[in-house]
Amino acid sequence: MSKDIRIKKGLDIKLVGEAEKTTENAIVSNFYYIRPEDFHSIIPKLVAKEGTRVKAGETLFYNKDNEAMKFVSPVSGEVTEVQRGPRRRIDAIKITADKEQSYLDHGKFDASADADKIKAHLLASGCWAFVKQRPYDVVANPNHSPKAIFISGYASAPLAADLDYTLAGKEAELQAAVSALSKLTEGKVHVSVGNNNSPLAGLNDVSVHKVSGPHPSGNVGTLINKVDPINKGEVVWTVNAQDLVIIGELLLTGKFNAERVVALAGSSVKKPRYFRTKIGSEVATMVYDNGVDKDGNDRIISGNVLTGKKVAPDGALDYYSNVLTVIPEGDDYEFFGWNKPIFNKISTSRALTFSWLNPKKKYDLNTNTNGEHRAFVVTGSYEEVFPLDIYPMQILKACMYKDLDEMEALGMYEVAPEDFALTEFICVSKQPHQKIIREGLDLMLKEIG
Amino acid sequence: MGLKQNLHNFKEKNKDKKWLPGFNALFTFLYMPNETTHNGTHIKAADDLKRTMNTVIMALVPCLIFGMFNAGYQHHLAQGLIESADGFFGASFWTWDNFVIGLWKVLPLVIVSYGVGLAVEFIFAIIKGHEVEEGYLVTGMLVPLIVPVDIPLWMLAVAVVFGVVIGKEVFGGTGMNILNPALTIRAFLFFAYPTWMSGDKVWIHGAVERDQAIAAGQNLDAISGETILGTLAQNKEVGYNVMDMFYGIIPGSVGETSTLLILLGALFLIFTKIGSWRIMLSSVIGALVMGLIFNGVVSSGWITESSKFYGLMSTEFWHHLLIGGFAFGTVFMATDPVTASQTTKGKWIYGFLVGFISIMIRVFNPAYPEGVMLAILLMNVFAPTIDHYVVQGNVKKRMKRVKVKTA
Repeated sequence: MSKDIRIKKGLDIKLVGEAEKTTENAIVSNFYYIRPEDFHSIIPKLVAKEGTRVKAGETLFYNKDNEAMKFVSPVSGEVTEVQRGPRRRIDAIKITADKEQSYLDHGKFDASADADKIKAHLLASGCWAFVKQRPYDVVANPNHSPKAIFISGYASAPLAADLDYTLAGKEAELQAAVSALSKLTEGKVHVSVGNNNSPLAGLNDVSVHKVSGPHPSGNVGTLINKVDPINKGEVVWTVNAQDLVIIGELLLTGKFNAERVVALAGSSVKKPRYFRTKIGSEVATMVYDNGVDKDGNDRIISGNVLTGKKVAPDGALDYYSNVLTVIPEGDDYEFFGWNKPIFNKISTSRALTFSWLNPKKKYDLNTNTNGEHRAFVVTGSYEEVFPLDIYPMQILKACMYKDLDEMEALGMYEVAPEDFALTEFICVSKQPHQKIIREGLDLMLKEIG
Repeated sequence: MGLKQNLHNFKEKNKDKKWLPGFNALFTFLYMPNETTHNGTHIKAADDLKRTMNTVIMALVPCLIFGMFNAGYQHHLAQGLIESADGFFGASFWTWDNFVIGLWKVLPLVIVSYGVGLAVEFIFAIIKGHEVEEGYLVTGMLVPLIVPVDIPLWMLAVAVVFGVVIGKEVFGGTGMNILNPALTIRAFLFFAYPTWMSGDKVWIHGAVERDQAIAAGQNLDAISGETILGTLAQNKEVGYNVMDMFYGIIPGSVGETSTLLILLGALFLIFTKIGSWRIMLSSVIGALVMGLIFNGVVSSGWITESSKFYGLMSTEFWHHLLIGGFAFGTVFMATDPVTASQTTKGKWIYGFLVGFISIMIRVFNPAYPEGVMLAILLMNVFAPTIDHYVVQGNVKKRMKRVKVKTA
């Protein structure tokens, strides 16, 4: 049964620098970086020590709590450096890529296999990392049996990669992946699409939902909340649509092919468009040849402007992102910035802010916080951009004073940090909502599990 | 460039100094800070707390200016120096003489309110090592507008210190307080110095002085400057027509009299989405309902003209919106987001009860015939309880989902 989902609460943030729909091959990166911090809450146990030669798809490290869960190299080459932080925590594994790529053969997969075999296959081949779970928004625990699996095929975030474009022609891989995933749940695989032309719209073994409305209509959290909200004791899994391609290709060919079409976007990019590249590539391979000023004062973000991670100019694309955004830094003072009329920034109020006059205008926003951090004061504004049936400010406060019972009662099992990106964006008190939710989830994971 | 850079360098150089929040408070007034996002959202919307507070202040400015003119006008009228003004644009109202007297009396109130209040805020910010918060910007503007014009400045100063420390800072500053700080200040004045907060002398500049002169043996006429509510509470005939009440050409606290300008401020706050229209509307509904009930009691003959409540009970229900501090309290005090209910449903309930109880206290409190302050403070206390039950509704829905599943 499919269901149309239309949300009214939300906010489309229209920014300058949307990627043009042409795809180029990015310059092949010499070095690739895998950062264990991308896999939240996983403690890595290193397998490929410095100097080890690996093939693409060969294990770099595994999950300390579950030895079967491998994390693999996106390319073949040599592990040249293991960068460590405080207490010998692994910050990044640097792989110097071979000129000629070779792939570890995980074996073609029998489509009629049962759930346990599929799980084992995905765990061993490194594809399990793409399967995340809620509650807690972490890499899924393979011992659970999810009540359903959710995939969002509609990207509504600002400057997001258009999935209809990046996934076009990948129907076979997508179908293989969702067919395999559908065996891992007693329930259904729910897929959301923006329109009927989506490559995901015609898939079998899934329940397709058409979503419309402002961001966060494309967030998987919105889909879950509207279709089948998570209750205490239940688990759902989520997979990013673009990662289905990697899972599908693995099942069809036995190769772990970390290739991904990534949108390079943002107002600092002169020629924003799409690139074919690989997980862990250096951002420099895309950013500087395409009109980003090398000495410019810009913020490079792996991911979108709401939920992405800040990366250094010599940093790399993270494991889950399919968009690379470059926007100007805003580390300057603004004369009377707090009381003069504002025409060039977005606001949901009309307090001498005039973005309501022209809802279609695209904005060039920088990273300035537009004000200082304060306690929560204004009420009622979060609810306007928050479509879930949850009280946003109350749950944030519950996280801040660490009341586990209240967090549970208010719906903490249902949320992920990204659901609070819009409330964080509009927050008059400039509170770090996503960080508060992440810390709340971590606390629950530790105390309740 | 020059000033900005110098201020920036000064800030960097004194990074570890304890008094830096004090400097920053002034610096950030001039320039919005250079702070950038880290992780989380990399962009932020344009509004901050300063802008929000500033919007409320802009909505209050017309009331302040009108209050100055009205203070002078009431003074001159009581002295018998001018004719009473005819309508909002009456010739004897908008005069330079009126404004000078008003400025002379009201500006000191504003200066004391801001000066003392902000001094307390700065001290707390420096002791506790956080930035100076903006909450007092609005409070400091509200306070002079809700006191009688002749209130001695030292009383105001004492009340402001009490209100800011006990009403706000002990709870942790802006955003943490339970009671509206401006009303806490007013409540302190009301209970500590009642003779300066009610009666028929304090609302008009010069009336108290005149009384003292008469007591000293001079042969003068006493000035009677009762508010409309005071008159009604004594079952006397009101000498003002409805339009006078609406325009605000009547005695009362400095900024509360002009329903017209308060209405403009309300529309501005609603349009800018800074003030909650739900609270304003439901409060008006609550007041009208209570007013209708009282009118009903009178028309069904349960009380007679000899009753001491007759004057206020028989006041036409919608006149309650125009007289006393109801409009001002509803628009500018009840909507304070920190102390009001925070949930949408809660705001409706909270607002309704503010209006309802305001009129109830107003009628049943003959010694001091106004109930808006007490009603809002009372509902401030109950707002978390209202929210609790509204949020419990959401929690119960969630629990029911589990039960349906397991059943």
